[in-house]
Amino acid sequence: MRANLSHFLIHRPAGLGFLGVAASMLSFQPALADVFKPETFTLDNGLKVVVVSNHRAPVVSHMIWYPVGSADESAGKSGIAHFLEHLMFKGTDTLGPGEFSEIVARNGGKENAFTSFDYTAYFQNISRDRLGLVMQHEADRMRGLRLDEAVIEPERMVVLEERRGRVDNNPAAILREEMRAALFLNHPYGRPIIGWEDEISALSLKDVTDFYDRHYAPSGAVVVISGDVTFDEARALAQTHYGPIAPAAQRPIRKRPGEPAQRVSKRLALTSPLAGRPSWRRSYLAPSYNRAEGLQAHAASVLGEILGGGPTSRLYKKLVIEDKKAIQAAAYYDGSAYDLGTFNLSAAPADGVGLDDLEAALEAEIERLRDDGITQAELDRAKQRLQSGAIFARDSLSHPGYTLGAALMTGRSIDDVEAWPERIAQVTLENVMAVVEDILGQPGHVTGELTPSTSS
Amino acid sequence: MSVLSYFYHQPWRIFVLTLSWMMAISSLSADIGSAHATTPIERVVSPGGVEAWLISDPSVPVISVDFMFVGGASLDPDGQEGLASLAASLLNEGAGDYDSQAFLGRLADQSITMNFRAGADTLGGTLKTLTENGAEAFRLLGLALSEPRFDSEAVERMRAELIAGLQQAARKPDQIVGKVWRQAAFGDHPYANTPQGDEDAIRAIAIADLQRFAQDHLTRSRLIIGVCGDITPQELAGYLDEAFGALPVGDPPSDIPETTVQQRGVMVIDQDIPQSIVLFGHDGPKRAHPDYFAARLVNYVLGGGGLTSRLADEVREKRGLVYSIYSYLNPLRQAGLINGRFATGNDSANQALGVVREEWDRMAQHGISADELRDAQTYMTGAFPLNMTTTSSIGSLLTALQYHDLGIDYLERRDALINDVTLEQANRVAADLFDSDQLLITIIGRPKDIEATLPAPG
Repeated sequence: MRANLSHFLIHRPAGLGFLGVAASMLSFQPALADVFKPETFTLDNGLKVVVVSNHRAPVVSHMIWYPVGSADESAGKSGIAHFLEHLMFKGTDTLGPGEFSEIVARNGGKENAFTSFDYTAYFQNISRDRLGLVMQHEADRMRGLRLDEAVIEPERMVVLEERRGRVDNNPAAILREEMRAALFLNHPYGRPIIGWEDEISALSLKDVTDFYDRHYAPSGAVVVISGDVTFDEARALAQTHYGPIAPAAQRPIRKRPGEPAQRVSKRLALTSPLAGRPSWRRSYLAPSYNRAEGLQAHAASVLGEILGGGPTSRLYKKLVIEDKKAIQAAAYYDGSAYDLGTFNLSAAPADGVGLDDLEAALEAEIERLRDDGITQAELDRAKQRLQSGAIFARDSLSHPGYTLGAALMTGRSIDDVEAWPERIAQVTLENVMAVVEDILGQPGHVTGELTPSTSS
Repeated sequence: MSVLSYFYHQPWRIFVLTLSWMMAISSLSADIGSAHATTPIERVVSPGGVEAWLISDPSVPVISVDFMFVGGASLDPDGQEGLASLAASLLNEGAGDYDSQAFLGRLADQSITMNFRAGADTLGGTLKTLTENGAEAFRLLGLALSEPRFDSEAVERMRAELIAGLQQAARKPDQIVGKVWRQAAFGDHPYANTPQGDEDAIRAIAIADLQRFAQDHLTRSRLIIGVCGDITPQELAGYLDEAFGALPVGDPPSDIPETTVQQRGVMVIDQDIPQSIVLFGHDGPKRAHPDYFAARLVNYVLGGGGLTSRLADEVREKRGLVYSIYSYLNPLRQAGLINGRFATGNDSANQALGVVREEWDRMAQHGISADELRDAQTYMTGAFPLNMTTTSSIGSLLTALQYHDLGIDYLERRDALINDVTLEQANRVAADLFDSDQLLITIIGRPKDIEATLPAPG
C-alpha cells in the first residue's frame, strides 16, 4: 500500500524505475563482479551489437538505441526527437504506414519506443524465431523512412494530445516541467523531452527529415538483444540485416552548452484545483555517472538510498514516523545522463503542517546529515541493498537491454555497468560526505510547491 | 522515486487502466494462457497440507511467491469501506516481536520485498527474495500473516496515507471519472466502491476491526499460492508451512451478489481541463463463460492491439484525435464487463466518441474478417510467452490459473482454446457482445457539443 501512495506523490514511471539507471537496480556482492555478462561486437559500418543470453522463455527482446535525444535538438525546435520517434512508425520504401507494427503484432510480438534527453530507442519483444524478421524491418527504417505532409499532420495532433494528457491535465507534471526549466539555466536538459507546445506545432516536415538524416545511422547506434539466443546466432542475423547499411559520411558531434555554478535558490509555486493535497520537492544539480570523478556518482546513489530509499530511510523515519510532519518523504539521485544528473528530495505534509514547516524540518535533517555524518552501519546496509538489486535486474527479459542501452547512450561502457556493484562496494564514508557537500551544499537549487486551491 | 517520469515518453498506448480496482482484477484475467517450452507446473503440498503451484527455474537466484486470499474489498462491511485496504497496508508494518521499523528493516537489509494489496475480489500479496535469504523471507511472511501487530503508531500512519491517497484521487480527473463510472454502473452494489474505501469510513476503523479482519480473512480455505524461481519442490514444501501453516482453516468467503451494469447513457463531469477523459463500457462475459476467448479475440480486433486495433487506427492513426485508445474485457467475480478509455482535446471529444460508437456498431453488425481472426489468434498465442519472462509474472500467472479454476494442464491447452474459435463463433459473439445503445459513458472535462443524458453526481 505504501507503493500505492507514492504513486501519487513521487513520480516513478511505472515499472521503469530502472531507466534511472543501474543506480538503484544494479548491484551485488563484490565477488560476483559481472552483472549481465554481455558479449559484444561491432559491424564494419560502426553499429555496435550487445547480446545477453537468457533461456527462460523462447522469446527475445530486440532493442535499437540511437545516440540522439531532446538535448540534441537545436533551440526553437524542441520536441523534434520525440516527434520523429512517433514518425518512425510511418513507413519506409518497402512498408506502408503502420505496417511494421502490424507485422510485429501478427507474429505475436509487442513493440514500443521511447525518447529521453540523451537517446531514442525502439524495441520488439517477440518469439525467438522472429528475431531476423524484426531486425530486417528495424534495419530498413534506419535509413529508409519515408514521410510526407499527409502522415505528419495527424501524428502532430497525437503528440499534442500526448502532451495534454501527460502535462496539461496534471498539475504535478506542470510543476516538474517548469522546475526543470528553472534548474538548468543554460543546458538543454531544461527543455521538456516532449517539447513546448508552440514549438511542436511549428516543426516542419523538413525539420524532421533533416534531423533523421543527420542522426539515424549505424555508427553510434547500439542494438541490444537479450533472451533466448546465442551470441553466434545473434551475430549472424545482425550481420545479415544490419551489415549492408552504409556508414554515415560523418557522425554528428555531441556538444551541449554547460551549466554555470548556481548561486541563487529558486522557488516555484503552483496552486491548482486538480491538486488534492499539498506536496513539496527540491532539485539540485548533480554530477552524472558519465561526468563524475572517481566514485562520486556511486556515492550519490548510496546517499540517495540512506537519505530517502524507502520506509527505513532517514527522511521517512524522522519526518514521517518521529516528527509526524509528513506522510511521505523520499530522496533520489538520477545520474543517468550524458552531461548532468539531478538529486531530488520530495515530501508531502501531514494534515495541519504547512509547507514552510515541512521544509524547515527537511532542511534541519539535511543539516544534521552535514554536521554529524552517517554511520558505518548505515553505509553498509545501503550498499548491501543496492548490491542485491543487480541479481533482481537479471530476473527479467528487458532489464539488461534497458540498463546496458541507457549506459552506452550516456557515455558509459559495458565495463562500467558490469563493475557497478564492485564500485558501490568501494564507496567510503568520506566519499558519501563529499557528495553531501558537493550536492546538498550548493546554494543554488529549485524548490517546487504544489498546493490545492480551496475550491475546485 | 523521482523526477524521472519526465524521462520517458512512449509513443503510444500506456495501459494504465484508470479504474484502479479493474487493474487489480484484470491482472488476474489478463493473458492467462498457453506457453511453449516451459517447465511443467508442479503441484506442491507441504507436510502441513498447504498447496502451491510451482514452476522451478534456477536460472537466477531469486524466488517469487504470489498468493491471494479470495474475498476482497467488496466484502468490507457497511461503514468500514477501506478495511481490507488498510489491513493490507499494515501487514508488513510490524509482526511478532518486530515493530514496524524492525520488521521493515529486516526486509530491507536482506533485500526482501513483501507487499499486500486489496482488490475488489481478493486480497493479494507478493514475496520476492534472493534464494540465499529464502528461509528468512518465508519466516517473516509467516509472521506477517499470522501475527500482525497493528500497533497504533503504524495504524495511524497508514490510515493517514490511505486518506491522503483518497484526497488526491478526489481531484484527479482520471480517478474521478473512473469512480463515477463505477458508481453509475453499480449503484448500491459493492463494486461501486473503490477498494481504497471512503475517508469517513477509514477514520472510523478501530484496531479491533483490523484484528478481526485478519482472523476472518487470512485463512487457509481462501488461500491460493503460485511460486516461481530458484527453489525445488522439497524446499518449497518446508517453506510453505513456515509461511502459511499457522493460519486457521476458516470458512470460505461469503459471496457478494452477481450484478450487471445498471445504467446506460452519457454523463459529463464538468472540470476545467484542456483534455476530456472518456470512459465507456457495458456488460461482457465473465471468465468462465464458454465464449470468453471468442470475446477476447473480437475485442483484440476492436481495441486490444496497440496501434493496430480498429479503434487506434480510426481515432489515432487516421484522425490524430488521441494518444491512446483501447478497450478490454474486465471479468470480475460477480460481473462481466467490456471497458474502454480515450482522452482527447475538449473540442474533439464528440467526434472521437462518434467514431467509437460507429466502430462498436460495425462490430455488432459485421463482426470481423477471417484475416482479422487469424491475426488475433496468432497474436494471442504468440505473445503469451512474453508474460513468462520474470519469476514474479510467472508466479502471478500460477495464482490466476488456480483462481479461475483453469486446471494445471491449462498452459498446454490454451493455444487450442484460442485456435478453435471459428469465424462463425467469433461473429456470433461480436453480435451479442457489442451494443452501442447499452454503453455507459462518463466524461470529465469541458467536452464541446456533447449532450449528457444522465445527471452528474452532485
